[in-house]
Amino acid sequence: MINTDVAVIGGGPAGLSAAIAAADMGAHVTIIDRNHELGGQLLKQTHMFFGSREEYASTRGFDIANILKEELKERSVEVLLNTTAVGYYKDDGVWALEEGEDKFVKLKAKKTIVATGAMERHLLFPNNDLPGIYGAGAVQTLMNQYGVMPGKKVLMVGAGNIGLIVSYQLLQAGVEVSAIIDAAPAIGGYLVHASKVRRQGVPILTSYTVKRAYGNEVLEGATIVKVDEGFRQIPGTEIDMDIDTMCIAVGLNPLVELLWQAGCKMRYIPQLGGHVPVKDEDYETTVKGIYVAGDAAEIEEATSAMVEGRLAGLNAAHAIGFDNGNYAREKDNALKRLNALRSGPVGAKIRNGLLKLAEEAV
Amino acid sequence: MVSQRLLREGVADETDLKEIIPPDYALDKGPVAVAECFQEIPCNPCSTYCRRGAIVLENINDRPIIDYDRCNGCTLCVSKCPGLAIFVINKNFSEDEATVTLPYEFLPLPKKGDVVITLDRYGSPVGKGKVVRVQNTRYNDKTPLITVTVPKDMIMNVRNIKVEA
Ligand SMILES: Cc1cc2nc3c(=O)[nH]c(=O)nc-3n(C[C@H](O)[C@H](O)[C@H](O)COP(=O)(O)OP(=O)(O)OC[C@H]3O[C@@H](n4cnc5c(N)ncnc54)[C@H](O)[C@@H]3O)c2cc1C
Ligand code: SF4
Ligand code: SF4
Repeated sequence: MINTDVAVIGGGPAGLSAAIAAADMGAHVTIIDRNHELGGQLLKQTHMFFGSREEYASTRGFDIANILKEELKERSVEVLLNTTAVGYYKDDGVWALEEGEDKFVKLKAKKTIVATGAMERHLLFPNNDLPGIYGAGAVQTLMNQYGVMPGKKVLMVGAGNIGLIVSYQLLQAGVEVSAIIDAAPAIGGYLVHASKVRRQGVPILTSYTVKRAYGNEVLEGATIVKVDEGFRQIPGTEIDMDIDTMCIAVGLNPLVELLWQAGCKMRYIPQLGGHVPVKDEDYETTVKGIYVAGDAAEIEEATSAMVEGRLAGLNAAHAIGFDNGNYAREKDNALKRLNALRSGPVGAKIRNGLLKLAEEAV
Repeated sequence: MVSQRLLREGVADETDLKEIIPPDYALDKGPVAVAECFQEIPCNPCSTYCRRGAIVLENINDRPIIDYDRCNGCTLCVSKCPGLAIFVINKNFSEDEATVTLPYEFLPLPKKGDVVITLDRYGSPVGKGKVVRVQNTRYNDKTPLITVTVPKDMIMNVRNIKVEA
C-alpha cells in the first residue's frame, strides 16, 4: 500500500500543475500516469501555445511539458509512470493501480486530484473502420513523437483547433492535406489557425460531412457531401476525394470513468464536452476528498487546465492543513487568471456550461 | 464582426482588411507591423513581446490594435505570435520595391538571394520575389522570418511563399 497526502491521477498540464501547487503548500505528492512519460497532450504539440505569458504562451507544447517536469523535480514529487488507475474502492477510499502489465498496487491518499484528460470522439459513416482512418491524436502521436507519416493524402474532418493544428503539422511533415471539412457552417477553431492553413493552399469546406469511405482492405477514397442547416445531406452535392488517409478531429469527451466509479454526481453538459462531474468552487467533486481539473472537468485548453490544476492542488493541500503562507494569495491570483482567460467571446461556451453545472450543484 | 468569408473559408476579405491597413503616414515612414488577428481570443504574446508598447491589450481577449506612432517594424512580435498572424510590411524598401516579412515554418528554408514564388491568403501564386533577409536565431525559436521583395501595390496581398525544389 502506498500512502500519500495528495495523489494526482494523470500527468498532463492539469496534473503537473496540481502536483507542483500541492507540493509548494507542503504536501507529499504522488503523481500517477499510464504513459511512460509525463506531459499528457503537451508531448504531441509542436506548435506555439496561445494564452498569456504566465501560462507559457508562445512556447511550444512539448517545451511547456519540459518546464513543468523540471519544476516537479525541484519539489521531489513522487512519480509513478506506466501506471494506470483502474479502480476506486469506495468503502475504504483506496485506489487500485496497475503497474506495467500485471502488477497491482493499492494507494491511499488523503486527497486525490483526477486529471485524466479526455478521449476522442469518433464519427459515424459507412466503412469508418477501414485502416487509414485515424483519430487526430493518433496522427499526432505517429508524426510528432515517432516521426512516422500516417499517409500521403489526407482528408481532415473537423475545423476546430485540433483539426486545424494537426493539418498544419501534417503539411510541415510534407503530407498533402486535400481539404479540411466541417459540418458546422463556420470554422470552429481560431481563425488565425484557419488562415495559416488556408494560405498553404488547403481548402476549408464548411457545411460538409463524410458520406462514406471506400476501399477494399484499406482506405482508398471518400465521398463528402454538403449539409443544410439541419445537418441533412443535400443530394447532388457529393464530391469524391482521392485520399489514402482520413483524420477525424470532431471533438473530445472528458475521461471520467474513475469519477463515475467513485460515485461522483455527474451531469451531461454539451458545452463542457459531455458528462462532467459536479464540482464546487474548490474543484472538489461531490465525493469528499476527490478533486478534478483540466479536460476531465470540462473540455477547454491547456492554459486553463494548468490554472485549474493549480487551484485543485492548492485547495487539496490546504484542506489537509498545509499552507506555506501563500495559499490565499495564490488562490486569488489563479482565480483571476482563469476568469480573464474565459472572459472573451470564445469563452462564452465554457462560461455558459459552467453556469449550468453550477445550477446543478445546488 | 468578421466577414463570412473569413468565418467559412479562413480568408480575410476587404471588410476585414480595411480595419487593419496601416495609415499612409505610417507606411511612408518605413517598416510597420500588420496584425491579421480579427477575432477576440485569449492571447497576448504580441503585446508582451513588443518593447515599444505598440500593442496594448487591456483584456487578454482584446484584439491587437497597432499604434503606428510607436511601431517601427522591428519584427520582435512576428515570431512570437502563435497564430502566425503578424506580418511586417515595408513600402519603401527601394525606389520600386516593397518587402513583406512573414513567419515561415517549413523546410527547406530559402536562403538570402533566392527567388521564391509569392502566394496570397489562399496559397495561390501571385508572383515572384527575392529573399532579402532570413532571421532564424534562438529568439525566433523555430519560427524563422523571411523577408521577400514584392511590388509596392502587393504589400497587403503577399502572405506566404513557396520555395521551388
Ligand atoms: C492538436 C491539439 C492542439 C492543442 N492546442 C492547444 C493550444 O494551442 N493551447 C492550449 O491551451 N491548449 C491546446 N490544446 C488542448 C490541450 O492539449 C488540452 O486541453 C490539455 O492537454 C488538457 O490537459 P489535461 O492535463 O487535462 O489532460 P491531458 O493532457 O490529456 O493529460 C491527461 C493525462 O492523464 C493520463 N491518464 C488518463 N487516464 C489515466 C489513468 N486512469 N491512470 C493514469 N493516468 C491516466 C494520460 O496518460 C495523460 O498523460 C490542444 C490539444 C490538441 C489535441
Ligand atoms: S513590429 Fe516591433 S514595434 Fe511593431 S508591434 Fe511588433 S514588436 Fe512592436
Ligand atoms: S499573439 Fe498573434 S494570435 Fe495572439 S493576440 Fe497577438 S496577433 Fe493575435
